[in-house]
Amino acid sequence: MSVRSLLPARRPVPGVFVALALTLAIGWLVVTIDGGQLFNQSTTVSLLHVAAGLGLVAVGQTLVILGGSLDLSVAYVISLSTLVAAETMNGSDGAVLPAIGLALTVSAAVGLLNGLLVTRLRINAFIATLGVGLLLKGYLDSGYDGPAGTTAPTLVQTLGYQRVGPVPLSFLLLVVVTGAAWFALSRTRFGHHLVAVGGDPTVARLSGVRNDRVLVTAHVLCSLCAGLAGIYLASRLGSGAPRVGTEGLYDLESIAAVVIGGTALAGGRGGVVGTVGGVLLLAGIDAIFNQLEVDAFFKQVIRGAVIIAAVAVYAHRAVRKAAS
Amino acid sequence: MSDPRPVPLLALRGIGKSFLGVRVLHGVDLDLAPGEVHAVVGENGAGKSTLMKIVSGAYAPDDGTVEFAGEARVFRGPRDAQRAGIGIIHQEFNLLPERTVAENVYLGHEPVRRGLVDRREMVRRTGQLLASIGETALPADTPVGRLGVAQQQVVEIAKALALDARLLIMDEPTAALADHEVELLYGLVRRLQERGIGLLYVSHRLTEVFDLSDRITVLKDGHRVDTLWTADTTAGELVRRMVGRELSHYYPDRAGPDDLGPVRLTVRDGGNRKLRGVDLELRAGEVLGVGGLQGSGRSALARALFGVAPFTSGAVTLDGAPVRLRSPRTAIRAGIAYVTEDRKGEGILARQSVLDNALLAGRAVFAARSGRTARTGRARELLAAVEVRAAGDDQEIRFLSGGNQQKVVLARWLALDPRILLFDEPTRGIDVGAKAAIHDLVRRLAREGAAVLMISSELPELLGMSDRIVVMRDGRIAGELPAGATEEQVVALAVDATRERVQ
Repeated sequence: MSVRSLLPARRPVPGVFVALALTLAIGWLVVTIDGGQLFNQSTTVSLLHVAAGLGLVAVGQTLVILGGSLDLSVAYVISLSTLVAAETMNGSDGAVLPAIGLALTVSAAVGLLNGLLVTRLRINAFIATLGVGLLLKGYLDSGYDGPAGTTAPTLVQTLGYQRVGPVPLSFLLLVVVTGAAWFALSRTRFGHHLVAVGGDPTVARLSGVRNDRVLVTAHVLCSLCAGLAGIYLASRLGSGAPRVGTEGLYDLESIAAVVIGGTALAGGRGGVVGTVGGVLLLAGIDAIFNQLEVDAFFKQVIRGAVIIAAVAVYAHRAVRKAAS
Repeated sequence: MSDPRPVPLLALRGIGKSFLGVRVLHGVDLDLAPGEVHAVVGENGAGKSTLMKIVSGAYAPDDGTVEFAGEARVFRGPRDAQRAGIGIIHQEFNLLPERTVAENVYLGHEPVRRGLVDRREMVRRTGQLLASIGETALPADTPVGRLGVAQQQVVEIAKALALDARLLIMDEPTAALADHEVELLYGLVRRLQERGIGLLYVSHRLTEVFDLSDRITVLKDGHRVDTLWTADTTAGELVRRMVGRELSHYYPDRAGPDDLGPVRLTVRDGGNRKLRGVDLELRAGEVLGVGGLQGSGRSALARALFGVAPFTSGAVTLDGAPVRLRSPRTAIRAGIAYVTEDRKGEGILARQSVLDNALLAGRAVFAARSGRTARTGRARELLAAVEVRAAGDDQEIRFLSGGNQQKVVLARWLALDPRILLFDEPTRGIDVGAKAAIHDLVRRLAREGAAVLMISSELPELLGMSDRIVVMRDGRIAGELPAGATEEQVVALAVDATRERVQ
């Protein structure tokens, strides 16, 4: 027993923030040498907008991944949510609240379905949520050719474009949602139980945790987050967009952000704060390459490399920890 | 036997249990008083774990009653038993390494204030619990993964106490502990006793049983042999009661002096994470039995020889030449075959055909020099030779009986003409008829010049089959016995009865 091991727990700053700081510093340097500006008003604002959309999805994704599950249907939930919101509002300010309520209700229903498939029918989460996603895709593809509905102007002006200094309102929404998720994970029984279910379902069950109920709740919350991201995107685009979720690659990117943020893909370890770091890292890389006007395909190569590197670093750490 | 204390904490009456028609417990009685340490001893397979699982609610008994605190109880599951006040400390801990001590102790019943988990209260109560069993040095907010095994065990015990356990079952609690940690556990057990908690203590290690227990119940083949006051008995007496039964079937003749060939395999001072200072010699034509308790290093020895978890120190020679067995592939190429203990997990590909299973190792390791058809033909011959009973070669192996599956595994290795065969529990879960067939096969292989090493937990099988027996304990070879040794000699070596501290 070493002395170190007797010290109380220090939950360390996830390594992702170190990587984020390094990336932004190097990016700033390169962009400056290139004669551009990384942190002027417009680039910062657009970076935070990108982060807000992806962040909302990724925070929800963190919850299900922590519980040992996964959600591949988020991209379609986002698209669906933009349409439900925009079509219900149909340009009228009076319908904002019912529209948001309806969009979130529909999203939550999808989450409930995901959760029940995973827990009651014991379908692998990968397959279950992929299947639900394809189901939604079929509905969207057959029902819509292009944008539909009109987002209420007040919502566009507020959630879509309003800022506090350089910080968009939508990013503040992300901060609030992240804070709520963090609070839920560390201070509610649900949070404790979710991490336990992801860490070892048998231990959780034998300790009296109702595993199924916890996982279903996590799936509902994940879909709610995706629905919220959809409402935000509808307010940006001014209408419902049937393919915005898939074209934005929100399913795979949200999982990537979670993993880069230090949450174990197998569940039981990690948190939402790291995920936001992962989201900012991905958005930061985006901003840097946009400034440098790098080829879009090359940009994808770099993102792929970042994701692999992040996972490799965490895997290496896990091995070292197990060996010590 | 009369119990001087008025109301026992736990009273088992006539507990019986069968699995798939095999009776593993016959009318077992057991009493436990508050504050008593009651040891349960017996060989592997004597029914100890089944009995403990019945007490802790994991299994329901077929016959008999469980009375807890004066009331007859029927537990619907482990959680039900937990709520009633029965905790069990398994050999493998049920803890989340990423979570703190307090989070683990209170998992499932976190203290709540205004709907939120009260972390401070949780840490405070955990600290109190730990202090009450004398563990003041253990911080409640450390992740469990950073603790040593002994401290994790303390956390497990605290977790049970947090649920107000009045009866604790400890299943081989010292198996994972180092020697100095065992002393700490002794202190802990005494403090639990002082709190009036009853302990059921399952252990193979007689030293501990004598140091800690008030009474000892001996189980054999699912029967309660006797319950003894620890003060009135000796280790020798206990070992005699744990063994001794009639041979149930006849074994093939052992090797005569003429059957023994040259030395095939030697190990000098072999060691790895689980083994230390292993010296071994294996001759062509002999069956070397390996005895010992579960976890004593028997399987680790076979796995080292087969390159699954290779020796990291020492030297191995094969037919006089030094070899390094660093992977199963090198071992197979060196002519070693390994029939694993866990047939379903490591022996067969359940959803593939009988023929594919028989061809598995050959296809993977050797090129088909004489052509594929020849190889398939030979596999068919061997399947017939070992008398596999299947609907056809293309039947999925999972539909075969355990004995027939094992024969397919044997055929797989025989196709490679191995010089050395390692058998790990070759007849576990196999019916009596198929058992005898496998025993005959093993002996026939030895007679044809193979060197056989056979691990078995079944003492009659070990004694009946082996030309020589080595007994393992704590990763070492504790001793060697000639053919004709008695069960008592094997058990005495395996449990280290020579170290007994009793007068």
